[in-house]
Amino acid sequence: MYRIVRRRELNPTVTQIEVEAPLVARKAKPGQFIILRVDEDGERIPLTVAGTDPKEGTVKVIFQVVGATTEALNHKLQGDYIQDFAGPLGVPTHTEGLKNVCVIGGGAGCAIAMPVAQEFHRLGAKVTSIIGFRNKDLLILEDEFKACSDQLIVMTDDGSYGRHGNVTIPLKEMLEAGEPFDMVIAIGPLIMMKFVVAAAKPFKVPVTVSMNPIMIDGTGMCGGCRLTLVQEDGTRVTKFACVDGPDFDGYQIDFDEAMSRSRMYFDFERHAYEEACRLFEKA
Amino acid sequence: MAVNPKKNEMPAQAPEVRAHNFNEVALGYTAEIAQDEAKRCLSCKARPCVSGCPVNIEIPDFINEIRRGDYEAAYRVITRSSSLPAVCGRVCPQESQCEAQCTLHVKAKMDPVGIGRLERFVADWHNEHSTQQPERPAPNGHKVAVVGAGPSGLTCAGDLAKKGYQVSVFEALHTAGGVLVYGIPEFRLPKAIVAREVDTLRALGVDIQTNVIIGKTLTVDELFEMGYEAVFIGSGAGLPNFMNIPGEALKGVYSANEFLTRSNLMKAYRDDPKTPIMKGGNVAVVGGGNVAMDAARTALRLGAEHVYIVYRRSMEELPARREEVEHAKEEGIDFRLLCNPTEILGYQNPDNPRDPKNGFVTGIRCIKMELGAPDASGRRRPVEIPGSEFELAVDTVVMAIGTSPNPLIKNTTEGLEVNRRGGIVVTEDGLTSRKNVYAGGDAVTGAATVISAMGAGKTAARAIDQALS
Ligand SMILES: Cc1cc2nc3c(=O)[nH]c(=O)nc-3n(C[C@H](O)[C@H](O)[C@H](O)COP(=O)(O)OP(=O)(O)OC[C@H]3O[C@@H](n4cnc5c(N)ncnc54)[C@H](O)[C@@H]3O)c2cc1C
Ligand SMILES: Cc1cc2nc3c(=O)[nH]c(=O)nc-3n(C[C@H](O)[C@H](O)[C@H](O)COP(=O)(O)OP(=O)(O)OC[C@H]3O[C@@H](n4cnc5c(N)ncnc54)[C@H](O)[C@@H]3O)c2cc1C
Ligand code: SF4
Ligand code: SF4
Ligand code: FES
Repeated sequence: MYRIVRRRELNPTVTQIEVEAPLVARKAKPGQFIILRVDEDGERIPLTVAGTDPKEGTVKVIFQVVGATTEALNHKLQGDYIQDFAGPLGVPTHTEGLKNVCVIGGGAGCAIAMPVAQEFHRLGAKVTSIIGFRNKDLLILEDEFKACSDQLIVMTDDGSYGRHGNVTIPLKEMLEAGEPFDMVIAIGPLIMMKFVVAAAKPFKVPVTVSMNPIMIDGTGMCGGCRLTLVQEDGTRVTKFACVDGPDFDGYQIDFDEAMSRSRMYFDFERHAYEEACRLFEKA
Repeated sequence: MAVNPKKNEMPAQAPEVRAHNFNEVALGYTAEIAQDEAKRCLSCKARPCVSGCPVNIEIPDFINEIRRGDYEAAYRVITRSSSLPAVCGRVCPQESQCEAQCTLHVKAKMDPVGIGRLERFVADWHNEHSTQQPERPAPNGHKVAVVGAGPSGLTCAGDLAKKGYQVSVFEALHTAGGVLVYGIPEFRLPKAIVAREVDTLRALGVDIQTNVIIGKTLTVDELFEMGYEAVFIGSGAGLPNFMNIPGEALKGVYSANEFLTRSNLMKAYRDDPKTPIMKGGNVAVVGGGNVAMDAARTALRLGAEHVYIVYRRSMEELPARREEVEHAKEEGIDFRLLCNPTEILGYQNPDNPRDPKNGFVTGIRCIKMELGAPDASGRRRPVEIPGSEFELAVDTVVMAIGTSPNPLIKNTTEGLEVNRRGGIVVTEDGLTSRKNVYAGGDAVTGAATVISAMGAGKTAARAIDQALS
């Protein structure tokens, strides 16, 4: 059992918790994730490590409530315990030799993007961050991003805060103005990452995307997290996001396939979420 | 008195009943049947059956104890060689091991003695009647780490604990048991049996730490830094293979590991699962081993209307345990032998890219095969018959075409030698190319059997004890 040491609601649907897991805290690097189960018989879900305190032995994760499991997790308060917490999993984000990067976060993807931006900042790189949300109420982590970015641009789909529009607009402007990014790192909904890749392509800037397919074990055992990379010569290669990723070269990802696969359990999930909400209403 | 040429039948749930539940299929011998079966054994002097058992259980001796009615003594004979009799009695491929060598079968061309069934009877009898708790031996002051809580790791841990070693088992998943909990389904191996074995180890003082992935959470080198004097790697062969044919990324295509893990470990077979799985419709399982049989029979129990096994060789080469194949046939699994998939077909609405049915499996295209000349393994190689393609309409496809050892530990342990197939290279004693690092089970051999994994755990425990004491 793993204790929730601190808990903070960042907005109505996004919560940050710090969990006591000393072995994970010692090891985790930006870009890696953990897999947790809220309770006995619960589902295993992956969440990105958003920070660690190795001295205290705690690991920070930030999650958005989207379904049954994240809903259940959101009902655990400070001092409560969660059943399982395993990690760190996946390959840390590649940072070597990168001096000028653009970190793009979309929605809850900002939780995954933030520790990456912080790491680049710590390493002395120039960090430009673009974070986008549907509207003002969903904004998270603005202060954290400000603290680790040389420039921060906030976008909202409806213009209720920051600039109006999606994250590709300022990216395109900067690339057109000749900003020599070594790398664009995009983390968010699949459709956003797909468009970031399309926007960067004419400028031949490398794009790293963080893939988040449905996972179970997170150790390479089930193959459920598989995705297809299309290499330059057209060969299709299967990779497991949990062990080969979650970061991949954005130009190689077959996004349409990934989007299709991510909806495999759509009906089941919606039903489970409704059940969970009903359960917690009664309680 | 003449020997009955027939093995005593195993009482079992009726096929039409069991096809719709996850309870154990085979119900086990009663004491009466066990007595009758034990009488068939000739107590052969040469003991050919013993040499057929990978861990050399003293078969005629334990059967003799059954005849005398001393089942507890029979249990003691078995546990001198095996630590998981309730498991192996159920899942061992007896027909190709101990029973294949039985005199009744070899010389008299009768059914062999039902050794596996008797072993299971003895183990179940013990579990039901014995209340003895294992005694915790006096600590000998040595610390050993075991990686992986499958049959090889659990056996190695148990043997060392009995000698007074302080043993910690590090398991990546949230439950101990390895394939016994995530792969082999409840209807063939009740999880309570595995849980009992794990509890016995805990009572012996073994510290089992779940959620620790060696190579990620901790490395093998860090285990030594933490004071462990030897490490046993029993991490299995869990990396699933795919065929690399078109359509494998469609929704409804699973590896057998994913399908079985969702059902077994994550309990998707229950009425109120938290983890989803595709149920119902028609299902094709590709492969012919135990894994394929388990996936097919699980699909049936989850509510599939029709389940195919698609296997590229013939019934004779089918590697699954005979009993499981017979059970699968009785339950109505449709065997399509000498067939190989060439493509998985999916739905795509040309007029509506947002059609929720887009991207789901609709069928599997196969080609018929015939058996040609024998290949390196001595089995006749299947070759395609040109122009013989046909399609099966299915909603789910499960790939059960084998697994390989996971490279995670190799990649994070300098100097650990592996072979071409990713198996860890070991000596006869289970010692790897790294000092004080031992390995065994599927991590060494690639996907094999429970009994051989258990045997490897025993061998390594002996070697570790010799090296450290
Ligand atoms: C490597 C990795 C890191 C992640 N890090 C974070 C993180 O730091 N913070 C965070 O809020 N979320 C993160 N996610 C997504 C998170 O795992 C899912 O939101 C979660 O599994 C949903 O579970 P649920 O039961 O609440 O919802 P479900 O009922 O399972 O799903 C509800 C909705 O979420 C979608 N969904 C389901 N699984 C995933 C998934 N794995 N990824 C994305 N969407 C999914 C479904 O399609 C559905 O629309 C990460 C995912 C991966 C693979
Ligand atoms: C569906 C199925 C049916 C089968 N049926 C039969 C049968 O009927 N008869 C038979 O004899 N055999 C059968 N087998 C094969 C048999 O189960 C295996 O040969 C046996 O379990 C191997 O044991 P093991 O201890 O080597 O590995 P496993 O049982 O695979 O256990 C390895 C354990 O190590 C853990 N692990 C892996 N990597 C790490 C890591 N880095 N850190 C920590 N832990 C790790 C895994 O999570 C797992 O729990 C079947 C296999 C499957 C999949
Ligand atoms: S362990 Fe397996 S091979 Fe050995 S006697 Fe028992 S059933 Fe036969
Ligand atoms: S070979 Fe068969 S008959 Fe002979 S001792 Fe072994 S089990 Fe009994
Ligand atoms: S989550 Fe199972 S292989 Fe990646």
